[in-house]
Amino acid sequence: MNCILIDDEKMARTIVQTLCNSFDDLTVVEEFSSAIQAIKFLNEHEVDLIFLDIHMPDFSGLDFIKSLKNPPKIILTTSDPQFAIEAFEYECVIDYLLKPIQLPRFEKAIAKVQNSGSKKPKIKEAKSEKEPSIQNDFYVNIDRRLIKIDLASIYLIEAKGDYIHIKTEDKNYVVHSTLKKIEDKLPSSLFLKVHRSFIINVKKIIDIEDNSVLIKKDVVPVSRSNRPELMKRLDLL
Amino acid sequence: MISEQPNLNYIDQLAREDEAAKQLLVDVLKNEFPEEQNEYYESFAQKDFKKLAANVHRMKPKISILGLEKSYKLANDYEHNLKNNNLEGFEDFEELLQLISSFLKTI
Repeated sequence: MNCILIDDEKMARTIVQTLCNSFDDLTVVEEFSSAIQAIKFLNEHEVDLIFLDIHMPDFSGLDFIKSLKNPPKIILTTSDPQFAIEAFEYECVIDYLLKPIQLPRFEKAIAKVQNSGSKKPKIKEAKSEKEPSIQNDFYVNIDRRLIKIDLASIYLIEAKGDYIHIKTEDKNYVVHSTLKKIEDKLPSSLFLKVHRSFIINVKKIIDIEDNSVLIKKDVVPVSRSNRPELMKRLDLL
Repeated sequence: MISEQPNLNYIDQLAREDEAAKQLLVDVLKNEFPEEQNEYYESFAQKDFKKLAANVHRMKPKISILGLEKSYKLANDYEHNLKNNNLEGFEDFEELLQLISSFLKTI
């Protein structure tokens, strides 16, 4: 099994590496001090197992799991027992090891991984099944006129009451509709809902700061639950 | 007053008589602990409780690694206090840091 280690502590990574060395069929192919670095790696490489710390600055282990579309098996390694219940809500989480990890407990975790077969987690699979066919434009009804809007020109869509404001490169439109309706028409490869009132074109992002993104001259809030997906999408650009 | 002494029992168990593996673990410990200690002092100077709690949390596994079970609880309580913007326990934690620093110089 190929595995990677993600932990901001070098000592923790060295311990897991040492434990892995006890197993002939366990190969550590890479180690990372941050989850964001690991996401870049996973976009290009396939691994069987991840040893993942929970408490890390900027991007926690659980946020990392949420950001993966098709995560491999994961063993969480942490000194904090309080996340155990939440952690096992993710199908990809096979075990939860408390630091400092003892060899017998580690062996048990590896046996669990080996016995878990090819169980594949289903996080976010439902969304990909609903992926709309990619189109270049759509029509909106404004004052009884159907107006064509080029999708690539849209940089921001904001919900305001019963209306949505569609902002494009050269014109803004106010349409009587809901964010949900328009979200279903947009290709998810280009657009992302970053807040309950905002959908953005990820290719138009100028910069990101804490919990907001700058698109053109608009500062758009990013909710905590949507931030992991946004970070992941940025890595794809 | 801390009544226990650090030891390398955990590292010995982990290394399983592989001297190179043991040396690697000791080296990483000796390098990383002072860095974390400095980060803790920087946060302390800034009275940044959130960072302090994170610093202490990050050091806790090393306290365990060195077999300091009672001190781990002390660090745990201190971390909890810091999360409530309370410095109670910092003197004991300072004593613990000095104990570990002194020990790391001997290995």
